[in-house]
Amino acid sequence: MSASSDIPETLDIPDVQTLRSDYTRQIYRRYLTLAVVFCLMMISFFVDVTNGPGNFPLSVVFDTLLDKTAHGIKLEVIIWDYRLPIAVTALLVGAILALAGAQMQTVLNNPLAEPFTLGISSAASFGAALAIVVGWSIIPGVGPLLVTINAFVFALITCAFILVATRIKGVGPETMILFGIAIFFAFNAALAMMQYMASEDQLSRIVFWMMGSLSRASWEKIGIGSLLLCFALPYSFIRTWQLTALRMGDDTAISLGIDVSRLRIEMLIVISLLAATAVAFVGAVGFVGLVGPHIARLIVGEDQRFFIPLSALVGALVMSLTSIISKMITPGVIYPIGIITALIGVPVFVSLILSTRKERLS
Amino acid sequence: MSLQISDLNVGYGKIKVLQGIDVSSIKPGEFVGLIGPNASGKSTLFKSIAGVVRPHSGSITLKGVELTTSRRHFRSRQIAYMPQAFGCNAALSVFECVLLALKQTTGWRVRNDDLDRVSQILSALDLTALANRGLSQLSGGQAQMVAVAQTLVRQPSLVLLDEPTSALDLHHQLSILSSIRHFMQERKMIVMAALHDLNLAAQFCDRLILLREGRILADGIPNKVLGLEAIDQTYKVKTHLEQTSRNTLYVDARLSA
Repeated sequence: MSASSDIPETLDIPDVQTLRSDYTRQIYRRYLTLAVVFCLMMISFFVDVTNGPGNFPLSVVFDTLLDKTAHGIKLEVIIWDYRLPIAVTALLVGAILALAGAQMQTVLNNPLAEPFTLGISSAASFGAALAIVVGWSIIPGVGPLLVTINAFVFALITCAFILVATRIKGVGPETMILFGIAIFFAFNAALAMMQYMASEDQLSRIVFWMMGSLSRASWEKIGIGSLLLCFALPYSFIRTWQLTALRMGDDTAISLGIDVSRLRIEMLIVISLLAATAVAFVGAVGFVGLVGPHIARLIVGEDQRFFIPLSALVGALVMSLTSIISKMITPGVIYPIGIITALIGVPVFVSLILSTRKERLS
Repeated sequence: MSLQISDLNVGYGKIKVLQGIDVSSIKPGEFVGLIGPNASGKSTLFKSIAGVVRPHSGSITLKGVELTTSRRHFRSRQIAYMPQAFGCNAALSVFECVLLALKQTTGWRVRNDDLDRVSQILSALDLTALANRGLSQLSGGQAQMVAVAQTLVRQPSLVLLDEPTSALDLHHQLSILSSIRHFMQERKMIVMAALHDLNLAAQFCDRLILLREGRILADGIPNKVLGLEAIDQTYKVKTHLEQTSRNTLYVDARLSA
């Protein structure tokens, strides 16, 4: 072999049998990774439920979890109506945001894409602000759900606009990101206008909504979110090979028999529903949709069979840990989740990227 | 069983890229080189055959099936296309990337047969040492060889390779084209490759098609096409075709005065 050859002579050349068994081992390692992260997520979930003002003994919390009335009505309300919905919502919203982020990064072929890149959160924030300041709802008669519904509908309208834009001939993933940035600035300007018009009380409500909070959790919202996830996950799973092929570039994907524009539109509809729901439920929580997929990519690569579920699990874990931390900083005070995700998550994320600069595939 | 193109017209919007392309029957086991200067329409012809670009008019038939109206899955099973720009930063290993080309179903499991096919093609193209390496860690030449492996592993009836040797050193140019030729003969595939190196085209191709400004100027065996005045006019160079002592063709090219 010549000195200029691409393959160094010093490398051990594996035989065909070794290649096959290497791949099989790699797959088993990935299943193990999924199992480990799932266990960590469940541990974090139980810590989240057992943690909070009141400092009840673990046995009391577990008793109440198993039997609502075991320790009286007070414990039942605290655990079942307060702590449990928050802990479950943290998992659910984390998984939804990370799943939406993972799919968005794949579909738009951009590692910086997440539900917020396309202006979805800005639109939702504007919708919420509109409800808070003017009391106007895009859907009349929604009552106490005014803010949530307005946020959801404005997020969906933005997604629909992006979807329509994708039908314009020649609009590729890069242009879609630019559309998103334009929408982001447009709604931010409109939001600033709302904040300018708002009274002091309304302004504080808008700011609090934008910070994101798990205290808006409810069993109804959990039901809706779970249904959505139960639909979105299998839907993504049956397209794992197509989504992985999309990362090879549009031309290669088309030559592999994939209807690229249809796949992109279908996935954008799923992403829109996921992102709009998560934002409407807990407010503008950034970062999880970016960090979940990035950590998953560092661990298992982009075989979407593993990338999709691991992104969702990591997102759920990160959000659950954030929920725990938000309760621990100042006893008796729960900080808005959006602040914690950014404050604690960003340094962890940056150090993770720096420590794995030399990309390694598990 | 052959590939045939008649009166093919392709364009992007109002810009006409290919005009009245006629290619008579290309038979299995034939290696056809597409030559011509930059922007002559080589890539667009490949994209039209692969279904990436929809022709304005004309006909492309493979095994008697009209490709312009055929089902997507027929085309993807019969044709493997390697685009010119194979730049991919996906976090996948070389093995996974090649395996991807075999998975055209919604199934979750990977068959052992597929794993064997990937292992064998990597071995045949001397890529086993790179099998577990990430795509982002490959050099341009290595990435191009992986793209060729991804194309050949599908064992299609028709292989379209858009400049498969542009990033390769001399050793790998010769070895990859030899391997492609070997596969083609063994599996009775049709291979069409866009090549800029006329000497490589002369050495490996059974037939050459010369394109300029979206039209076919010449079509025939290398000895005939490379000796035409049209080569000099198309490339704006002065060429001289020689038969070497080893009975191979050699194109000596210089800038025309």
